[in-house]
Amino acid sequence: MKHFFSRAFLVLMILALYLPIFVLAVYSFTDSANIGAIHGFSLKNYETLFTKPDLRAMIAGTLILAVGSAFISTVLGTLGAVGVFYSGKFGNAVVGSLNQVPVVNAEVVTAFSLCILLIGVCGVDKSSFVSLLIGHVVLEAPFVYLSVVPKLKQMDNSLYEAALDLGASPAVALRRVVFPQIFPGIVSGFALAVTLSLDDYFITSYTKPATFDTISTYVVNATRGSQTEIKTALWALSTIIFVVVVLMVMIMNATENKGDKNGKRTGVGNGKE
Amino acid sequence: MNRFRFQRSQLCIPYGLFLVCFVLAPLVVIIYYAFTNGEGQLTFENLIGFFSSPNTIGTLFYSLGIAVSTTCTCLMLAYPIAYILARSKMKHKAVILMIFVMPMWINFTLRITALKEILTVVEGNLAYHPFLNTLIGMTYDFLPFMILPIYTTLLKLDNSLLEAAADLGADTIQTFLKVTLPLSVPGIISGIVMVFLPSMTNYVVLDMLYNSTYIMGSLIGAYFSAYDWHNGSMIALILLVIILVFTFFTNRYTDEEASSSRGGVLG
Repeated sequence: MKHFFSRAFLVLMILALYLPIFVLAVYSFTDSANIGAIHGFSLKNYETLFTKPDLRAMIAGTLILAVGSAFISTVLGTLGAVGVFYSGKFGNAVVGSLNQVPVVNAEVVTAFSLCILLIGVCGVDKSSFVSLLIGHVVLEAPFVYLSVVPKLKQMDNSLYEAALDLGASPAVALRRVVFPQIFPGIVSGFALAVTLSLDDYFITSYTKPATFDTISTYVVNATRGSQTEIKTALWALSTIIFVVVVLMVMIMNATENKGDKNGKRTGVGNGKE
Repeated sequence: MNRFRFQRSQLCIPYGLFLVCFVLAPLVVIIYYAFTNGEGQLTFENLIGFFSSPNTIGTLFYSLGIAVSTTCTCLMLAYPIAYILARSKMKHKAVILMIFVMPMWINFTLRITALKEILTVVEGNLAYHPFLNTLIGMTYDFLPFMILPIYTTLLKLDNSLLEAAADLGADTIQTFLKVTLPLSVPGIISGIVMVFLPSMTNYVVLDMLYNSTYIMGSLIGAYFSAYDWHNGSMIALILLVIILVFTFFTNRYTDEEASSSRGGVLG
């Protein structure tokens, strides 16, 4: 009985979380402009999504910004984490605590303060994309840093010493010994950086050029307007993103399980065994 | 002789400089703007203005109201979810956790759009229940952030403690109240930190659900659009102080692993 109730609760919560997304997905395949009315099947929304120039530009812009800023953040954050790991208490305290600021700070405060510094004090031109890129890196790099640090702590330090003893230069030892050991942290940091960039609204809207839009700023503008064609095309977009996220999670799970089988043969918690 | 010797610690220089320029400097700038006026003179007018205007004080309390109710709602929903998942012997609990966390990776504006359509069908007109809609929207948006840290903490809970409690005669409820709950406090605090502040400031959720009342975030947005950087900086500074006080009181309880789990299962 207890099991029944706890499972029913989980199922109910999952339904509540996914109901809006599913309903929107169903209606994205109709020509209806409102939820509730019954309409015939149509791919009109998907056609609009992929043919309307500003929608296409917005999607491409979002993706390029996400991958580009995530790449820069990954390089900066990883180097920072490695450097701090080997530096004394002072570096650790300074970088570690500054790194924590964007993590705990409200996004709108980060966005506002950065914008005042860059545009107000330094006179950076928003249309140059410089402020937008810096803003996204400020948002993402601290999280890359945080996902690399635990891998450094788990690392076996004697391997690095052994490499030096065997004649490797520090740079080579870093690249061939340290880097492979922290690589999983770098990958998850990069993935996290991409999702943060994709999800961001505040930093983007405070630092972006007027003519550029990401998904977030576009959607918010669209809800203020009353163009139903765009509104329903966004339903299609949300459905596609949902499918992509599900696929990514499935791929991630599959590769993780494979890794488990090759690496440690315990197979605990794998479910399938 | 090559006088330059490569040291591993030098690798953190670029990131250190980046943080000083784009994290520390903006903070200094808003402190400067918050305590100056248009002529660049030192003034406390912005501070006094905030605390003497009924409008801004009302906004502060309205945001606190939204934040407290969102945090409580998230906690009441997330704790049982995390508890059931972490303590059960289900085979696929990692997959089920993933299902709860997955919405986090769908753009939040699109998720709120979806929620808005549903709420419109249920309520007819969103204008009738602005507070309730905002609460639902924020909870919908932030629930995964509360589930993850609590789940992480509960998963680490030492089973032998629960067995010991049972051996010593505690019933299920006593064990929960005296053992499980106190030991999950770090996770709860991390969750609260991650939900409370965003729900004070994420004014896009209100905008999208047609709640025209201001929260602290909307004030920054309004001052920013009006180019009133001095008052905007004061609001940002007040929020920073709230964060500072918050982290000061929660730091000793939080669980480092749980609090950095924004990407959660990615790690």
